[in-house]
Amino acid sequence: MTGLTFELLCMQLLTGIALGSIYALLALGLCLIFGMLNVVNFAHGAFFMVGAFLGVYFLGITGSFWFSLVLTPLLTGCLGLLTERFLVRPLYGRGLDYPLLLTFGLSYVLIEVIRITFGIEGLPSVTPEGLGGTLNVGIGYFPKYRLFLIAATAVIILGVWFFIQKTRYGLIIKAGAADQEIVKVLGVDIAKVWLLVFALGCAIAGLSGILASPTRSVNPEMGIPILAESFVVTVVGGMGSPVGAVVAGLLVGVVYSMTSLFFPDLAELSIFVLMAVVLLIRPQGLFGKAGAMG
Amino acid sequence: MNSFFQLIARHRVLASTLFLAIFPFIMPYEALAINILIFGLFAMGFNLLFGYMGLLSFGHAAFLGIGSYLTGIGIVHYGMPWGAAILVGIIGAAIGGLIMGYLAIRTRGIYFSMVTLALGQIVYYIFYKAESLTGGENGLRGVRVDQFNIFGIPVDFLNPLVKYYIILFFVVIAIWLISRILSSPLGAVMEAIRENEKRAAACGFDVARTKLLVFVLSAAICGLAGSLRALHLSIVPIDSLHYLQSGQAVMMSILGGMGTFFGPFIGAAVMLYLEDVVTTFTKHWMAVVGLVFMFFVLFFPKGIWGTILSKLQIHQDSK
Repeated sequence: MTGLTFELLCMQLLTGIALGSIYALLALGLCLIFGMLNVVNFAHGAFFMVGAFLGVYFLGITGSFWFSLVLTPLLTGCLGLLTERFLVRPLYGRGLDYPLLLTFGLSYVLIEVIRITFGIEGLPSVTPEGLGGTLNVGIGYFPKYRLFLIAATAVIILGVWFFIQKTRYGLIIKAGAADQEIVKVLGVDIAKVWLLVFALGCAIAGLSGILASPTRSVNPEMGIPILAESFVVTVVGGMGSPVGAVVAGLLVGVVYSMTSLFFPDLAELSIFVLMAVVLLIRPQGLFGKAGAMG
Repeated sequence: MNSFFQLIARHRVLASTLFLAIFPFIMPYEALAINILIFGLFAMGFNLLFGYMGLLSFGHAAFLGIGSYLTGIGIVHYGMPWGAAILVGIIGAAIGGLIMGYLAIRTRGIYFSMVTLALGQIVYYIFYKAESLTGGENGLRGVRVDQFNIFGIPVDFLNPLVKYYIILFFVVIAIWLISRILSSPLGAVMEAIRENEKRAAACGFDVARTKLLVFVLSAAICGLAGSLRALHLSIVPIDSLHYLQSGQAVMMSILGGMGTFFGPFIGAAVMLYLEDVVTTFTKHWMAVVGLVFMFFVLFFPKGIWGTILSKLQIHQDSK
């Protein structure tokens, strides 16, 4: 391979981390909902897509990226609220498959609603003002927006970590995931906790949608492949492990970008192969507990 | 009424054969009937794993696709006779099922669904990238079967009704096979695993091997559905392999009634007919299908056939 330099390798690594940030965020959202409610949200990719559309739309109207960065997750969070309250809640106690199937149906509906509202072509993605262009990172020039993406993801992940580890609400969430009966006995309205956790997961999915929107094309189908990829991340990291979600997200991003540097044709395949290898060695994932996947 | 349903249940292969023999005359056109036949078989193969053994796979499009592509490649690139090409499709899907099943049965529950979905995407990308063989994004074109002889009698495959009955021949064999599997000891072990895996293992059954065996059988049946689809469409679209296609099998099984013999077929018929009707007045059929599906998951989780059966059961008990 000609022209392969240390700098190029580092740049590709950075690109992988930026891509992995989105995966980490998505898997974190999936993981929150699964850890607490035992629900795999098959509409997660659709929420990601809705987030990207709303983000670009609000950015177009208001001209402010920051405004839409706040408004979009609020709206996808509300959508998540409604979904949990009216669609997922009636299915608790009916086994693991039904919520999964319901959210799969919901993803069909969300995709069509976006197609009806915004057309099938999608929206042109916009890089927010001030974040265009490149920045010298010492070893070369790197797109500013991707650096922002990495930083923003780090802030969000730390925020979620802080919320769960250091606040009273986080304590309730953790306790609820460990033993919902005890939490109920202690007088906590667990239904409300579930509602909020589901909404939080969906808000994070919407947020990753708007954050990802400048780096990929915004179309109604954009959530479809990313759902499969977030599952790979979840499987590699270990179901229900937030740390696993973040580490595996970054790992998958780096594997993807490195493969696309050396074997461009195999880039999409590489992350699935990674998953197969992890499954063979550790069926419970890198950070998963054995037996926690049943 | 009750005894009528019991009669159907007792002679399920004969009943479905008779019904499917007159089916094309009830449908608005033959191509729709053929489509229902093929997807009914696909959903039935899927239901073997999901409905009867409780494993929700989201990767079964892989087997539909492998069956379609291998049959198509056999005919287009190697000039195989169509019978041999079908065989290649089935065997290929079974081998695919063996590999995918081996990896996936290491996991359980929701994890299993995610892993099968991801493994299915591997197959998608492999066929997508093997452009010289598969046509990549455009799909494989020119899977042509025109005229051939059966015992010296010329048969015109392009005649829709003739095509329907040829495909029905294979579908009936598969239905008979599925019925035999379900009423065999293997079928009983499958249901035991669905009800309580640990107890089935404690009873001395080899759970892992049963799971793998059923996964392979289910894959082979879906592969046959795929082979027949390639012959029917004379192209293989790359979408055949996509996980949304796996989702269709799931939807059909749920709609008709998972874990019931006729359910998947009824589900396929209702869904494809609905799709056909809805597309005539809106291109947003996915929204309608999605809403109908959600409605069933919420209010009729047993599906159409399953609900009918359980209603009859209640009726019987009250008598």
